[in-house]
Amino acid sequence: MSDSPAQDLGAHGGVTPGQYYGHGLPYAPIGDYPGRIIAIEGTDGVGRSTQIRLLREWLEVRGYGVIETGWTRSPLMAPTIELAKSSNTLNKLTFVLLYACDFADRLEKEIIPALKAGFIVLADRYIYTAIARAGVRGVDSQWIRQLYGFAIAPHLIFYLKIDADALARRVLQTGGMSYWESGMDLKSGDDIYDSFRAYQRQLVKEYAAMSDEFGFRVLEGRKSINSIQEELRRQVGEFLEGSEAATVVRTESI
Amino acid sequence: MLDTLATPHTLPGRLFVVEGIDGSGKTTQLSLLSKWLTANGHRVFVTEWNSSALVKAATKAGKKKNALTPMTFSLLHATDFADRQLYKIIPPLKAGMIVLADRYAYTAFARDVARGVDRQWVRDLYSFAVRPNLAVYFRVPIETSLDRLLARRIKMKFYEAGMDMGWSANTTESFKIFQSKVLDEYDRIVPEYGLEVVDARRSITEQQRQFREMVTAHLESNPT
Repeated sequence: MSDSPAQDLGAHGGVTPGQYYGHGLPYAPIGDYPGRIIAIEGTDGVGRSTQIRLLREWLEVRGYGVIETGWTRSPLMAPTIELAKSSNTLNKLTFVLLYACDFADRLEKEIIPALKAGFIVLADRYIYTAIARAGVRGVDSQWIRQLYGFAIAPHLIFYLKIDADALARRVLQTGGMSYWESGMDLKSGDDIYDSFRAYQRQLVKEYAAMSDEFGFRVLEGRKSINSIQEELRRQVGEFLEGSEAATVVRTESI
Repeated sequence: MLDTLATPHTLPGRLFVVEGIDGSGKTTQLSLLSKWLTANGHRVFVTEWNSSALVKAATKAGKKKNALTPMTFSLLHATDFADRQLYKIIPPLKAGMIVLADRYAYTAFARDVARGVDRQWVRDLYSFAVRPNLAVYFRVPIETSLDRLLARRIKMKFYEAGMDMGWSANTTESFKIFQSKVLDEYDRIVPEYGLEVVDARRSITEQQRQFREMVTAHLESNPT
């Protein structure tokens, strides 16, 4: 929860980073892999992708191998999730399970192989987005935590925090409010602006509730792109220096 | 955690489930039961494992490319089940109808675990399922089921034969290895979830008679 560099890196829901949170994949035991997972969490419009792009560049310049993985981007599930969203026929459980399937596909085909090979995996959102969305929709909180027991605990989790009002202005200036990001499926009303704010407020609450549980490092999302990036680099840099295993190539001159 | 699979449901309808490996004859038994119930004036609705329209597309795509891992296979089937429970299982139960399910969560407990998915994880996953009034397991030795499948000239499917696990390049061999693991899991599930067992080596008529007796008990004890 704190930005302090002295934070105990082992305190990720009581689970060692790089290991399964709960009942993992018995057929894919996790060894002492050299790779690292860095997850960036936060609601849409908070500037995650920009931060990830900048962080990746910085890491690569410093000689680290980097791969990115993003929510609903698995080749297996992406078309089905798109179809489901456009047809608007899914109930909350079906949605939760489709997302979990997408995550499982990326975990096994992208994340685990990358960890084995010593890459830094930059995750554009991780399981916490799914847990937050499910929480807002009234899915049993213990059930969804059991469900994601097969996820590997990241080494660092950054949460870009922003309040609903600031986010609303930012989203309106860029792409506008979408049906799903406004929680219109919750049918709390026809007004997309009101629905957006109510939904995002609830999401922020859910993220806040997870912050201690999973050991989020909270970054203030209202700050400038540059100052957020600086803070990210400082914390990531500190972590990697103390973690020899992820070192693949280090160019001292840079 | 909400565990509806462990708690009897209070809906006015009845949920009857058949389980068993491929070639156990459970689908034949279920359709005979359906005819009988309908003839006796019951309103019956039948639902099959992995049959929801949305998930079918993904399963098909995944199967075609043999791209499914044990975990994504398991989660896709759970997604299908969640979808069917909402649209196909709960509404008829609320309407006081009889729902007949050809395979249920127990199929996932048997198959997914045989593929290497964690036993407790998959049980937790399906804890939201409605508990059936009666679940009947048609127990059959692998040789018998294999004979039946071959006699019907059914081409064994990639995943049904467990070919994705790479245990054997020979389809029949792979089927035997995979299904014997599935049978072991069913033996564990039967006492755990109180499944009724029918000896599926007996004649179709004998099995059907026994099946109808089991179902009758559930109809009489609490008429719909």
